[in-house]
Amino acid sequence: MMNQTKVGGNKRKIANIVAMAGLIIIFIAYMFPFLMVVINSLKQKRDIIKSPFSWLFTIKGLSFDNFVKAFTQMDFLNAFKNSLIVTVSATVLVTILAAMLAYYIVRHNNAVSKATFALMVASMIIPFQAIMIPLVSIYGGTLNVLNHRITLIFMHTGFSMAMSVFMFHGFIKGNVPIALEEAACIDGCTHTRTFFQIVLPLLKPIISTMVILNALAFWNDFLLPSLVLTDKKLLTLPLSTYSFYGTYSADYGTIMAGLLLCVLPILILYVVLQKQIIGGVVAGAVK
Amino acid sequence: MKSNHKIKDFGIFALPGMFCFFAVVIIPFIYGVYLTLTDWNGVSQTKNFIGLANFAGVMQDKQFWSSLLLTFKYVIVVVILVNVIAFGIAYLLTRGIKGQNFFRAGFFTPNLIGGIVLGYIWQFVFSRVFVGIGESTGWSLFETSWLSDPNKAFAALVLVSVWQLSGYMILIYVAGFMGLSEDVMEAASIDGASGFAKLKNIILPLMMSSITICLFLTLSRAFMVYDVNLSLTSGGPYGSTEMAAMHVYEKAFTSRQFGVGQAEAFILFIVVACISGLQVYLTKKQEVEA
Repeated sequence: MMNQTKVGGNKRKIANIVAMAGLIIIFIAYMFPFLMVVINSLKQKRDIIKSPFSWLFTIKGLSFDNFVKAFTQMDFLNAFKNSLIVTVSATVLVTILAAMLAYYIVRHNNAVSKATFALMVASMIIPFQAIMIPLVSIYGGTLNVLNHRITLIFMHTGFSMAMSVFMFHGFIKGNVPIALEEAACIDGCTHTRTFFQIVLPLLKPIISTMVILNALAFWNDFLLPSLVLTDKKLLTLPLSTYSFYGTYSADYGTIMAGLLLCVLPILILYVVLQKQIIGGVVAGAVK
Repeated sequence: MKSNHKIKDFGIFALPGMFCFFAVVIIPFIYGVYLTLTDWNGVSQTKNFIGLANFAGVMQDKQFWSSLLLTFKYVIVVVILVNVIAFGIAYLLTRGIKGQNFFRAGFFTPNLIGGIVLGYIWQFVFSRVFVGIGESTGWSLFETSWLSDPNKAFAALVLVSVWQLSGYMILIYVAGFMGLSEDVMEAASIDGASGFAKLKNIILPLMMSSITICLFLTLSRAFMVYDVNLSLTSGGPYGSTEMAAMHVYEKAFTSRQFGVGQAEAFILFIVVACISGLQVYLTKKQEVEA
């Protein structure tokens, strides 16, 4: 850390106080929208229209009615369940498959490995928009498998495969000694058992990074699920927020409560796992 | 026996992952190239081969070019603002002040939330809260909703994007600042380097690898903006804030011109690939070792 208290002295102290004050002001500005959501989710519509930024203690009609209404109208529990199923399954699937594929590529230096890896790295530059139209055409037209959770899970897995393999590849190359596997091999352990019992436990740091990155992306994704799922019963949280907003956009209090409900699960997780999430995101970007 | 083993290993370890990747990314991508040469409308069973007619259609689609131009404008403003602001905040955060972790975590919060929800939150702020402030203070800037005026709606979109993306970049820049060697900084101070000289001659060159990453991430994300665009302005008022990614979506799924839409998506892909490739090449050249 750039801690230079020795060099500056008093001047340094004043500069730090100014920096702190500046940071606090910027921070409040950053948090302002969230504050507005929380405050207005507890107000009634007429109070919001009268003055959206009035503080809570100045109004009387404070209540949790908005939350009750949003909770039932959004079918929150169902959407939450859908998001959870999709996110958890896709995250588990991509983590295991990507780790195995990356392990294969590192240990088998053949033409197929090299070509696959090169193709994956190159594909990371392709934006989703360049694929979505043929994707819908193939899976919606030819195969006719849209509107199934499993299709969405499969697609999430496929889309995050390249990035995940790339990350696992780098980690396995640098941190997993081949000697361990050779020892296991001599002891008669099959390749599959070697991987799951010896290699996979060594991958813990990179697994936690990839789980965080992928799970966040799956949980919040809108465009892909909106193309795959249209059945009301299957909608994930971002999708049901979208349709909920379309119906209630004038009912500000309910909307604010709905938005807050959406954000809440992830914020709770963030409070608990803050260190791991921040660490994971930094590790994911810097590699 | 041995080759049998090899095939089994390939089947267990490599094949499932490769299958997902090829089925979802590579095959649709190749099929997409083929789609640009057909007149498919999304419903009909038949697709006629029409050569490069779709690209001619793209040439005539004035809206596409204006949305691409607008996207360029948006990307330039967002990339500059996000990186300058994130760099500045990261600099302030790493001066050894208290609560660094708290601030860092707070600034990152918007990144945990999907663009759709963020756009709706800000829609409320722009159309109700700011207007409320305008009414009670008489401040003309906030008198009407920003989202109903084309120029201000663009500014609103930029503001939200900068707010959303900067937290992520702060994390990367903070990691970069923490990696700066204290010895080098101290040596510069002893040699009497001023704050600005230190920034220009020491901090910036040593931070170049963080800058490469941040520019790449902001560039690719800004070019592909969709969620916030949809929920904040949905292209309005009067299509004045419709970015390229949204235009592609509309072209294909609303106007049902899949061939033209895919051709536009393809052009967008080439543009983004070239620009971010060029950016990585240029900034990587500037990287130095301490």
